[in-house]
Amino acid sequence: MLKITDLTKRYGNGELVLKGLNFEIEGPGLTAIIGSSGAGKSTLLRCINRLVEPTSGRIVVDGVDVTTLRGRRLRHSRRAIGMIFQGFNLIDRLSVMENVLSGRLGYVSFAQALTRRYPQDDVDRAFSLLERVGLQDYVNKRADTLSGGQRQRVGVVRALMQEPKILLADEPTASLDPKTSQQIMSLTRELSDELSLPVLVNIHNVHQAKEFSDRVVGLRYGTIIFDGTAAELDDDALDRIYEGTAGRGEQGEEPVDDMAIDTRGVAPS
Amino acid sequence: MSTPRPRRTWRKPPAIANPVLRYSVFVLVFAYLYWAIASLPFNWDRIVQGLPRAVRIFGSAFPPEFARSQLMISGFTESIQMAIIATLVGVAISIPVAIMAARTISPRPVYLLGRGIIILARSFHPVIVAIIFVKAVGFGALAGILTLVLYSLGFVGKLLAEAIEEVDYGQIEAIRASGAGFLKILVYAVFPQILPRQVGLSIYQLDSNLRASAVVGVVGAGGIGGTLMNAFRRFDYDFAFAILIVLIGIILVSEGISGRIRRGIA
Amino acid sequence: MTRARDASGVSEPYRWQRYTTAERLGRFLIYLASAAIVFWALRTLDIFWPWVWSAPAEIADLFGRMTPPDLRRGDAILRAMIETIHIATLATALSLLIALPTAYIAAQNTTPNSVTLWIGRFILVATRSVNTIIWALLFVAIFGPGVLAGILAIAFRSIGFTAKLMAEAIEEIDRKPVEAVTAAGGDKGKVLLYGIVPQVLPTFFAVTILRWDINIRESTVLGLVGAGGIGMILQGAIDTFQWQTAATVLIAILIVVIAGEVVSSALRKRVL
Repeated sequence: MLKITDLTKRYGNGELVLKGLNFEIEGPGLTAIIGSSGAGKSTLLRCINRLVEPTSGRIVVDGVDVTTLRGRRLRHSRRAIGMIFQGFNLIDRLSVMENVLSGRLGYVSFAQALTRRYPQDDVDRAFSLLERVGLQDYVNKRADTLSGGQRQRVGVVRALMQEPKILLADEPTASLDPKTSQQIMSLTRELSDELSLPVLVNIHNVHQAKEFSDRVVGLRYGTIIFDGTAAELDDDALDRIYEGTAGRGEQGEEPVDDMAIDTRGVAPS
Repeated sequence: MSTPRPRRTWRKPPAIANPVLRYSVFVLVFAYLYWAIASLPFNWDRIVQGLPRAVRIFGSAFPPEFARSQLMISGFTESIQMAIIATLVGVAISIPVAIMAARTISPRPVYLLGRGIIILARSFHPVIVAIIFVKAVGFGALAGILTLVLYSLGFVGKLLAEAIEEVDYGQIEAIRASGAGFLKILVYAVFPQILPRQVGLSIYQLDSNLRASAVVGVVGAGGIGGTLMNAFRRFDYDFAFAILIVLIGIILVSEGISGRIRRGIA
Repeated sequence: MTRARDASGVSEPYRWQRYTTAERLGRFLIYLASAAIVFWALRTLDIFWPWVWSAPAEIADLFGRMTPPDLRRGDAILRAMIETIHIATLATALSLLIALPTAYIAAQNTTPNSVTLWIGRFILVATRSVNTIIWALLFVAIFGPGVLAGILAIAFRSIGFTAKLMAEAIEEIDRKPVEAVTAAGGDKGKVLLYGIVPQVLPTFFAVTILRWDINIRESTVLGLVGAGGIGMILQGAIDTFQWQTAATVLIAILIVVIAGEVVSSALRKRVL
C-alpha cells in the first residue's frame, strides 16, 4: 500500500529533517507516528503526497512511485491520498458542502469545479458521509460558522470524498479540546475500520496513540527509533523517543489526558 | 544629622543621542530649506499682484453661475460613465495581473513581469498618462477611459496581489492535497479568501476613478475636467466655481456611498 | 439541498445547489442592473469606435517614435526634476503647518467647541476634494505661472489628507494618559504635550512620509497647467512633437518616483 525507502529531506541548506526513513504499510489499520516537535512527523506526511518535495529516496503508494511524478500524474496520485490537517484548512468562506465537494476537485473538470455542478454520485456520497459524521443539518452553513470539532469532521469528510486508498492525518486533534479530540480520534478509527482504509496519523498525544492505533512508529530527529504495536510501546520506548528532546509530547499535559480518559465512550454524534 | 545629598539634575535625553549628528541634522534641514527656496524661480513681481488678483477672481466667482447646467450635466455624465467603464475593465485586467504579481503563487519570472506592470502603471500620475493617450488616440472619452483603466490596474493590482500573498496557505495546501491543479486551486482556495477584499477595492476604485475622471479632462481626455479647464481659460470664474461646488458635492456623495457599502461587506 | 422522501419511503436522489432560488434571483438582478448601466454608458458615451480599434496600433506607433530616448536635454530635465522634488518637500512641510492645528480642531475629543469642529471638518473636506491640478489652475490664475502656485496647490491638497488621518489618530488615543495628566493638574497645553503628542507621534511621521511620497508623484503634473516642475518640460516636448525628449522625461519621472518610494519605505522602517 505504502512503501517508503531511504527517504531524506533537507530544507534549503539546513540539516537533514528526515534521515533515511524506511517503512511500509501493508493493509488497513491505524498507524500513529509519534515524536516530539521537530522530529519530522509533518514533513514525512507531506512528502507522501508531495506537498513537500523529498530530497532523496522513494515513496510508492498503491504500486505507483510518486517521487518523480509531475503535473497531471502527480495530481492523480494525490487523489488516492486523503489528508486531514491540524488547522482543518477548510475554505472559510465557502459552505460545508462546497468544502466537502472540493475533495472531488481531482476528478471533475475545471468547468464543473467553477460552476459547482458536481456529478450526482459525488453529491450522494457527500450527503451520506455528512450524515455519517452527523453534519447533515450544516450542508449550507459557511465553514467558518462551525465549531472546531465540526470543522474537523468536515475536513475528514472532504478527505474521504477523494475515495482515497490511504488517509494521512497531520495532528488532526491538536487544535481541539480534549473531549472533541477524543471524538475525532474515535471517528477516524471507526471510519478506518468501516472503509478498510489505512490511516497514518501524526499525533502528539501518547495516550491517544496507544488507545486508537494498531501500530506506533516513533520518530526522533528524523530517524525511526521505534516501530511496533501499541502494546509494545512501554515507558522505556517512550523515554527513548522523547529523551533529551523538547519533552515528551503531552507529558506536561497529564490533566488533559485524564480528562480525555474520563470522557471516553462519548461517541461521535 | 545626615549630610545633604548632592542635587541631582535631570533632562530629557534627546532623541538623537550623538550631539554631532543631532546638530548636523538641524543644519542639514535648514541648509536644504535654504537651497530649495533659493534655487526655485519665484517670480516675486507677479506674486505680489496675487492678492488683488485673488480678490478679483473670488469677486467675479460669486455668485456661482448655474445657468449653463446643460453643459455641466453632460460633462458630469461623461465623467461618471468613464469611471464606470474604466473600473470594470481595469478591475477585470487587474485580477490576472495581481495573480502574476503574487510572490507566493507565481513563478519568479512571471512575478517580476507582474510587479513590473504594476509599478509602471502606478508610477505615472493619471494626468501624465492622459496626455500621452490623448496624443495617441485623440481627444475625448476614450483617452480618459484608457488612462483610468491603467490607473485602476496599478492600484487594485497592487493591493490585490498583497491580498493574495496574505491568504491562509493551509487552505491552498488542502485543495492541492485533493489533487487539484493551479486553476482549481485559484477558484477554491484563493478567490474565496480575497473576494471581500476584491469587492471592497473595486468599489473604492470606482470612487477614485470618479475623482480622477474629473481631472484627466484638464488635458483633453473627456469628462467634466475639460469643461472646468475651459471655464478657467475663459476667465468664467463664476461657472468654474459652480462646477467645483457640484464636483465636491458629487465626490462627497460617492465617498459616502462607497464607504457605506465597504463597511457593509467587511 | 435536502433529502426528500416521498410517502412510499423511497428516497429521492440528493440534490444540492450552491444558492437558493431567491439568492440566484437576487444575483441575477444585480448582474442585470450592472449590465444595463454599462450598456447605457457605452451607448451614450461619445466614443468614436474606429479609434478604439486602431488604439493599440496608435499607442505602439507612439512608443516607436519615443525610442530611443533623447538625452540631449538631460541637464534641463535633471534641474526640473530637482525642482519637482523641492516643490514636493516644501509643500509637504507647509501643509503640516496648517494641517496640525486643523487636525486639533477637527478631532472630536480636542476641539474647543462645535463651531471649531465644523470649521475643522470643512477645511478637511474642501481641501481634500479638490484635486491638485485644479488647485494648481486656481493658484496659477492668482499668482501667475510658477513654482509658488505649484507649492501652494500641493500643500492645499495635502492639508485635508494629513489632517484627516491625524484627527483620526487623535480621536483614537488612549484616554488614560490624558486623565492622568489632567489629574496631576495639567492644563490644556500640558495635556496636549504629555497626553496626546506622544501617542500620535508615530502616526504623524508615518503620514508625513506617506504624503511626501504621494506629493512627489503629484508634483510631476503641475507643469501641465504652468505650475512648475518637470511637467513643464514634458508639456513643451509633447507640444513640439519631440517624443524622444518626452520619453527621457517619462523615464526620469519613473526613476524619481520609484526612488521616492524606496526612500519613504526606508524612512518608515527607521522611525516606526
